Amino acid sequence: MSLDLSEALQTFFAESRGLLQDMEESLLILEAEPDDTEAINAVFRAAHTIKGSSGLFGLDDIVAFTHKAENLLDKVRNGEVALNEGLIGLLLASRDHIAGLIDLAAAEMAMDADTRKTGEDLAARLQACLGESATAGGPVSATESVAQVQGGVANRLESDTWHISLRFGRDVFKNGMDPLSFVRYLATLGELTHVATLQDGMPAAAEMEPECCYLGFEIRFKSDADKARIEGVFEFVRDDCELRILPPGSKVADYVGLINDLPEDNTRLGELLVACGAVTARELEETLAVQDCEGVRQERVQPLGEIMVERQIVQPELVNAALGKQKDARNRQAQESRFIRVHADKLDSLINLVGELVISGAGVGLMAARNKDGDLTEAVSGMARLVEEIRDGAMHLRMVEIGETFNRFRRVVRDVSKEIGKDIELVIEGEGTELDKTVVDKIGDPLTHLMRNAMDHGIEPAALRAERGKPVKGTLKLNAYHAAGGIVIEVSDDGGGLNRQRILAKAREKGLIPDDGDDMPDGDVWKLIFEAGFSTAEQVSNLSGRGVGMDVVRRNIEALRGTVDIESHAGLGSTFRIRLPLTLAIIDGFLMGVGDGHYVVPLDMVQECVELDPGRDERRDYINLRGEVLPLLRVKKHFDLDGRTARRQNVVVVNTTGRKAGLVVDELKGEFQAVIKPLGQIFANVRGITGSTILGSGEVALVLDVPSLLDAAVKDESRAQAALI
Amino acid sequence: MEIHSERHESRLRLYPEGEMTIYQVSELKPALLDALAHSDEIELDLSAVSELDTSGVQLLMLMKREALATGKALKLSGHSAAVLEVFELLGLGGWFGDPQVLPAASLGLGRAAA
Repeated sequence: MSLDLSEALQTFFAESRGLLQDMEESLLILEAEPDDTEAINAVFRAAHTIKGSSGLFGLDDIVAFTHKAENLLDKVRNGEVALNEGLIGLLLASRDHIAGLIDLAAAEMAMDADTRKTGEDLAARLQACLGESATAGGPVSATESVAQVQGGVANRLESDTWHISLRFGRDVFKNGMDPLSFVRYLATLGELTHVATLQDGMPAAAEMEPECCYLGFEIRFKSDADKARIEGVFEFVRDDCELRILPPGSKVADYVGLINDLPEDNTRLGELLVACGAVTARELEETLAVQDCEGVRQERVQPLGEIMVERQIVQPELVNAALGKQKDARNRQAQESRFIRVHADKLDSLINLVGELVISGAGVGLMAARNKDGDLTEAVSGMARLVEEIRDGAMHLRMVEIGETFNRFRRVVRDVSKEIGKDIELVIEGEGTELDKTVVDKIGDPLTHLMRNAMDHGIEPAALRAERGKPVKGTLKLNAYHAAGGIVIEVSDDGGGLNRQRILAKAREKGLIPDDGDDMPDGDVWKLIFEAGFSTAEQVSNLSGRGVGMDVVRRNIEALRGTVDIESHAGLGSTFRIRLPLTLAIIDGFLMGVGDGHYVVPLDMVQECVELDPGRDERRDYINLRGEVLPLLRVKKHFDLDGRTARRQNVVVVNTTGRKAGLVVDELKGEFQAVIKPLGQIFANVRGITGSTILGSGEVALVLDVPSLLDAAVKDESRAQAALI
Repeated sequence: MEIHSERHESRLRLYPEGEMTIYQVSELKPALLDALAHSDEIELDLSAVSELDTSGVQLLMLMKREALATGKALKLSGHSAAVLEVFELLGLGGWFGDPQVLPAASLGLGRAAA
């Protein structure tokens, strides 16, 4: 039992975090478009659901606080409080507080004094916003002014009871619908606390057509369902039915509007509503009296017409909103049924098994080849194809779109730009790019550092931008795309770019480069900012500039077998380009033999293989590849390997990030699926190797780290050239 | 749909049997109105009504209204389970004002009562 509950609790935490994420996204949408009703509803729903679920688990702190936020959101949803920047800031802060409370609950920790203080402050501010709304004015219409005369007193009714007013069209039976079935269905979404059936529209017995529908229903409906859901019940009779829904907490004036709006006699409807418990007799009398007075005073005795006008204004957008909502609701349901929640451990163990399968499959293949058994070889190659598909499928399960991670930065950009007083716009591209979940999880922190850095140091203050003739609003761009078997994530800004002189000066001061390093290539200069303790910002701000960060960024990315490089143009901005492997577990590799050892490079990087001219000079570390100078890296020499040298050597041309080099190896062994196993701690300092893999024969092959080898090759080449000169 | 009728002096007892739905109402309406026109007191025994839809309810409401308008007594009795379910859903029990006897099964007594 307790186990069940704790599992359910974990689900609650996971769902709440998801909801809070939705809430944040919707709030940010609202900041741009305050009238987006769908976003308002989404925020409200999130708060409402969190409150409800946390109530189930007895998390009273969360319930109490969320309730306050929900109250305010309810007012916003009903249009009683207008959204503005301050309010959205407050709601975002409230969201953060709820997230904090949920984290505390998840860690089973009590609330500390700071959190409590924050909560109380926020609650007080929420309360203040609620209070203001009571006196806030709105557009003056008959119903509005009534509402104001009524004041804040007694104009809010039961909190979760909807009022649904239904008038069916004459032809509803003939169209094959039975209104009863809709009421029956409605009853499954909640509780029908009161149903009144109206036959006032029915003509005298002689004219009454028994196959026409004359009935109407006034329904009090207690439910947590939202308006879209309730409207959805009546979707099939939409054309044959007049549907009016008053949300919970509608004002008495709204009911008066409803009464005037409906075809039946007003007094009769009034009685009916009183009978339903929708309004009390006293409230109704007062409101009607006020309305009469208004009518006389303004010499207009047609409140009905006025309300009709109001209704016409409201109607089209209501209908549009309803249609849109229904579509959304359907999409959401469809999406919900398309996803299942799976524990990450289960996926990991599946991937591990697939990895083992790949290895043992390779073993069987090897045996078949050794025994020269044709049938077996054929069967094995069929199996190998299936294993490959299973591998791809299993790897795909772990792939997630990076968009979710990117969208989280909207909030970061918003908050930081407010804090440092710069107007910065975030542009997101390539959010559909997929990569391994573990990589996505780990890339968040380094990205945050880079983004903050770009906002704080990269993008200039508005005044300076104007002076430089740039748009005052800075642009920060996040982009992701696939390239050469990996994924590239770019963080670019349109700021001032990196300052070469200042970086060099700082590097000299720290003793990172010799005093005469002025002619260093740009790329190397930029790399200096990734050194520990390096910061050129004159002011140390809250955000960045303390010299921690960039080296951490580099380390985090390297831990993911990734690289980061910088492109910067003075006055135009800089781009930080992070390259990451698609996955950390299995790759399509190209197997090579050097000496007695086996080596693997990712197949995507291999461009071609050529034979090395046997009679060439051993010292020359480049060849002419169709008129192009190709630097060579002799793997055996580079790793200082023993073993016999083959009579014929081969060059494997590899290409990564636009750089090309040839690896000189003894033997080409062809394609190979490599299950990458990380190297142990002892090998942490070995450069040029990223991992190991087990061959079908049980032997170990090392996975080469091509980019770092290329660096070495290029260096060797320039050294060679220097030597020639 | 068949309507059996028994007459005890001025009192007419109607016993409709079968479905009371959109497929029967155009045939039922004249029959029921005719019966109403020729009697002062009518009892409509609904115990054999197997199905009732909105048009059936509407017809019953028309009958009740006509009876009230012409000062005659219309009494519904023996509500079958199908009728009770609809009346309950639409809150019509009170509107017709007739005593309804809930079947034992719906009270959860079931076999014990039998």
